[in-house]
Amino acid sequence: MRQTTQVNELAITVVGRDRPGIIADVSAALSRLGLNLTDSTMTLLRGHFAMTLICVGEVDESDVLGMLEPLTADGGLLATAHRVPPEPSGANTGAPYTLLVHGADRLGIVAAVTGVMAEIGGNVTDLTTRLSGTLYLLSAEIDLPSSADFDELLTKLDEVADRLGVEVSLRSGDADVL
Amino acid sequence: MRPVVAAPDSVLSRAGDPVDPLDPEIVALAADLVATMRVAPGCVGLAAPQVGVSAQVFVVDVTGHPRARTCHGTVALCNAEVVEASRWQKGREGCMSVPDLTGDVKRAGHLVVRGTPPGTGEPITLTTDAFEARAFQHEIDHCAGLLFLDRVPGPHAIFARKVYL
Repeated sequence: MRQTTQVNELAITVVGRDRPGIIADVSAALSRLGLNLTDSTMTLLRGHFAMTLICVGEVDESDVLGMLEPLTADGGLLATAHRVPPEPSGANTGAPYTLLVHGADRLGIVAAVTGVMAEIGGNVTDLTTRLSGTLYLLSAEIDLPSSADFDELLTKLDEVADRLGVEVSLRSGDADVL
Repeated sequence: MRPVVAAPDSVLSRAGDPVDPLDPEIVALAADLVATMRVAPGCVGLAAPQVGVSAQVFVVDVTGHPRARTCHGTVALCNAEVVEASRWQKGREGCMSVPDLTGDVKRAGHLVVRGTPPGTGEPITLTTDAFEARAFQHEIDHCAGLLFLDRVPGPHAIFARKVYL
């Protein structure tokens, strides 16, 4: 293996056909490279296995893809790896809010709702969607800048909700610090 | 028995109208809610909007449920409201009208509810706790046009339902 001494932050994704043992296999491969899993999410999306990880270690993307090759060779899993510059974490300046949208599935719900948030500088920090039968559900955590006009935002969200025929709610997600 | 409607039916998102508990149609509706609840396996409560009627009527029966403590048997109430709520606890809920999802929702573990049983003109006050309190709050929410989905605390509190009773 080529020697690298630089510590890299790597963004790695693995998506594909679900089966027991994917996480064990992928994390064992990364561990053999000396990669430290920092933040990650791993879930099933409509039955497809999906994991996104940020890892830190003295390897680069080709080392990662090489180590994962036995898992991806049969086409069951797709892996990507890219070096990413370190980002400051925990530097949230806005106030946290929880957004919930549910209604009949139709094109453009996520785009319309997140568009309203983006207009006022709201930053989505977490978002999941689910389609359950004909019911579409969006749930998100959003940091809103202190300059945001909350009443105006609610008015705009109501307009979008009426146009799409969905229910929208936005509530403060402030934590009680004990 | 009446067919149960599922989200995204708009009747589930509309606040139900207050009703006259002495109206024979409301008494019949409550009886149908009980019958419909009885035949649905695992169902411990049903509200009028869930059978397509936008009205403040619901039934609850948590008899024999392992998480129930206080149990009033079969309860039907019109125009019910929460009088006191305390001891908030998180718990995972499902709903016949959202058949494939469950969610973690905070509900009061101690609850005082006032409402009028159908067929009577006399409001009653019930004090309950644990699972029956959760069931009451879930059904009162239905009567206000709210689903448990409206109360989940964030993106990672909604789950695919695994078990069909």
